Amino acid sequence: MFYREAGQFKTSYAADQQLLPIPMDRVFVIAVVLIAIFVVPVVGSQYWLESILLPVLILSIAALGLNILTGYCGQLSLGTGGFMAAGAYMSYKIATNMPEFMPVWVPILGGGLFAASIGVIFGLPSLRIKGFYLAVATLAAQFFLLWLFQKVPWFVNYSISGVPSAPPETILGFYVTGASASPEAKYLFVLAFVIVLALLARNMVRSRIGRSWMAIRDMDIAAELIGIKPLQTKLTAFAISSFYCGVAGALWSFCYINTVEPTAFDIERSFQVLFMIIVGGLGSVLGSFFGAAFIFLLPILLNNVPGWFGLQLATDVVSHLEFMVFGAAIIFFLIVEPHGLARLWQIAKEKLRLWPFPH
Amino acid sequence: MEAFAGLFGIDPFDLWFFFEVLIGGLMSGVMYALVALGFVLIFKASSVFNFSQGVMVLFAALNFVGFIELGLPIWASFILTMGVMILLAFVVERVVLRPLVNQPHISLFMATIGIAIFLEGFGELIWGSNIKPLEVGIPDDVVFMGDAMIQQADLFAAAVASVLVLVLALFFHYTRIGRALRAVADDHQAALSVGIPLNTIWVIVWSVAGFVALVAGIMWGSKLGVQFSLAILALKALPVLILGGFTSIPGAIIGGLIIGAGEKLAEVYVGQMLGGAIEEWFAYIVALAFLVFRPQGLFGEKIIERV
Amino acid sequence: MNDSGAAPAAETPTAAAGTVGRPNRIGEVILKAENITMRFGGVKALSDVSFDVRRGEVRSIIGPNGAGKSSMLNVINGFYQPQEGSIWYLGKSYSPMRPYIAASNGIARTFQNIALFKGMSTLDNIMTGRILKQKATLAEQALYIGRGRSEEIEHREHVERVIDFLEIQAVRKTPVGRLPYGLQKRVELGRALAAEPTLLLLDEPMAGMNLEEKEDMSRFIIDVNEYFGTTIALIEHDMGVVMDLSDRVVVLDYGSKLADGTPDEVRNNQAVIDAYLGVAHD
Repeated sequence: MFYREAGQFKTSYAADQQLLPIPMDRVFVIAVVLIAIFVVPVVGSQYWLESILLPVLILSIAALGLNILTGYCGQLSLGTGGFMAAGAYMSYKIATNMPEFMPVWVPILGGGLFAASIGVIFGLPSLRIKGFYLAVATLAAQFFLLWLFQKVPWFVNYSISGVPSAPPETILGFYVTGASASPEAKYLFVLAFVIVLALLARNMVRSRIGRSWMAIRDMDIAAELIGIKPLQTKLTAFAISSFYCGVAGALWSFCYINTVEPTAFDIERSFQVLFMIIVGGLGSVLGSFFGAAFIFLLPILLNNVPGWFGLQLATDVVSHLEFMVFGAAIIFFLIVEPHGLARLWQIAKEKLRLWPFPH
Repeated sequence: MEAFAGLFGIDPFDLWFFFEVLIGGLMSGVMYALVALGFVLIFKASSVFNFSQGVMVLFAALNFVGFIELGLPIWASFILTMGVMILLAFVVERVVLRPLVNQPHISLFMATIGIAIFLEGFGELIWGSNIKPLEVGIPDDVVFMGDAMIQQADLFAAAVASVLVLVLALFFHYTRIGRALRAVADDHQAALSVGIPLNTIWVIVWSVAGFVALVAGIMWGSKLGVQFSLAILALKALPVLILGGFTSIPGAIIGGLIIGAGEKLAEVYVGQMLGGAIEEWFAYIVALAFLVFRPQGLFGEKIIERV
Repeated sequence: MNDSGAAPAAETPTAAAGTVGRPNRIGEVILKAENITMRFGGVKALSDVSFDVRRGEVRSIIGPNGAGKSSMLNVINGFYQPQEGSIWYLGKSYSPMRPYIAASNGIARTFQNIALFKGMSTLDNIMTGRILKQKATLAEQALYIGRGRSEEIEHREHVERVIDFLEIQAVRKTPVGRLPYGLQKRVELGRALAAEPTLLLLDEPMAGMNLEEKEDMSRFIIDVNEYFGTTIALIEHDMGVVMDLSDRVVVLDYGSKLADGTPDEVRNNQAVIDAYLGVAHD
């Protein structure tokens, strides 16, 4: 059966405004989600779950967050790492000090909310500045926040090493965070966040708030003159974006690296997430996932492909190649397809829709 | 800095010490200014915010030190590296700028981030990523002014920077190309209409920025060794630009000096109370405050928006 | 409505007598620009300009390039804050007017150089015109429940009526950046109409259009005015269009008001003729 749009008519605006107006898309997405929940944890090897899917999913959340701010609202941020760190440290603080009966998602969301409030503070200058000026302002967030969490021992409960391990927390008796949790449990735990946050993001970008963001992005003056409040709109984007980044940071510490440490959230991380949304597609929820997968899988590919041809590259050579390929990919996408992999996917779908006819 | 990092108390009234810290700060400010200068040149001529200027410093230094390690004399390495930077300017113009002309500035900005990361990988792929000491005969003794200890290398760097600025000023005022560049900076459309080819201008201005990067790379490289952290340090040129304005060469220099001196003084006199290392963010927070209260910088022009 | 402020104007309905055949269409004064003076640095863009707009009329501002017409519109909807003078609108005096207050009190506008949101579809662009009427909370929007959902559908219906009215059904889901110029102008009008404005400001709605497009646009303007009763203040260069459409015309020259009256009065005003045709000084 082919992917078809023809012959599927809508009789109400409600039907046309569904999340996925084309039934085939709906079936496809639901199938992907079901497979991700029920099949992948059973079939996936430990390596795939723990070393690939987990980080890709977590970084997708961060990319989703940055995409809301940069892709939808047009406010370039280089402070993603700082906001992720805010989430991670505050989650740790909450998780280690909360009463026993509280569920594990409380500290994660708490970290997200803390990151959101920090995001609002660093978003305030966006009233007066934009573009690369704002990018420099967000660099201030990056460097200052990382310094803050290193220098204030309160965040890590005065731990001597300064790099505490993530607290083990359970859901229904299964460990889902920390080093002792099984990859399957961690994967499902993270996946739950991904599904919910992606759904909320999709809803927001198709509602009033999403249109306000895009209006500010495309022409802020006109947006203001039709009654959109620029500061409030931008701050909402900063808050929600930082919330996503904060949750991603908390999950990164709790489920992936199993420690709370500043180096995981340095400026390189900020750039990595930015690359994800450029490659995946600015202003696209789906693109955030494509981008995260691309940026994370590419190094693995670069590590393995030469081996298939009998070549053995030194690890540092591979990491240099990685940089070059990233750089080239960013330039390529900006020139050839500014809407990234998500747009390529869409084009492929449009072609399929008409197949076998060319027009 | 290490010399007194171990001391706990600092006598806040020791003027010589203050003077020493100030001079040290001003000198690192000169370094920031050198990087910022490259940004300003490119921004003035093409409105492109070249994020890769910092990595260009690293890239130039890597090439320079690489050629020296191959056994070439310093002057030959310098010329060869300059050749590499000019080649780079051609490639950037052809591959990045030309296809992106008339795109939003933010796209060009992100493309230069792409250039930065590409160059980083490329430079280290060719020349390796280990820290390379750079020895080009810059004096490394200390001199005393009163009780203040000053690095000769710093004084040398300041002298080189001054000469560089002078050379650039002469270049812009007295050569045909320089005047063309200024024409483009004033008005792209007008420059085009009197027949100044924009593509050529871009190549030239990126080459000049490459030259500035090379000088900055040699100065920094001989002070700290040629290593990746140069690129991160060069990010400090961004707050410098905010202070000085994106289009002002004097602004870049004064902004550099203010940031350099400010962060060293803050580190020494305030940082200890806060647990140290406030140098890492001080410049950015100053820039942030500046952005809120005076977005056009010290010397930039105020922009009136129209519909 | 509180119209206590209307009293000092003391103008009788006969002021609108020039509008033959549509006598009851025009009502009370809803907007007054009062002694507006606006400087950019040393340059005076507007000096001591006053005029009013009555409910239901088509009011034009004309004048040579640089006469301050666009600045006047920008002052009315609060984008520019003049150094002197105030805007009286629906019973309240604002000095200066602010964009948000203007928009939320029913002043909508289009722009000389199209100011659409280029990355969004026609539908989404026009939907932004409804933003001030949508009240759903962030949570309702994120979960797409309650008002988050019902408002989307309700406003979509209204927007679809605007789309039908402007005959742009076919480009509903096309990103506006890809539309031809004439259609973009129409979408921009649609965005302003979606807000159901009391006062619609049109900044050169026909600039750069060919004859056919101008005719379409004129028809839309007349329809908007007649069917929806929307008050329109417009800037236009095409004298034929202005004289046909307008009930009253203000003429600006070098930032000052030169004349104000019905098209016929303005057409026969000596100062206006001099300014437009040049005057022989001998």
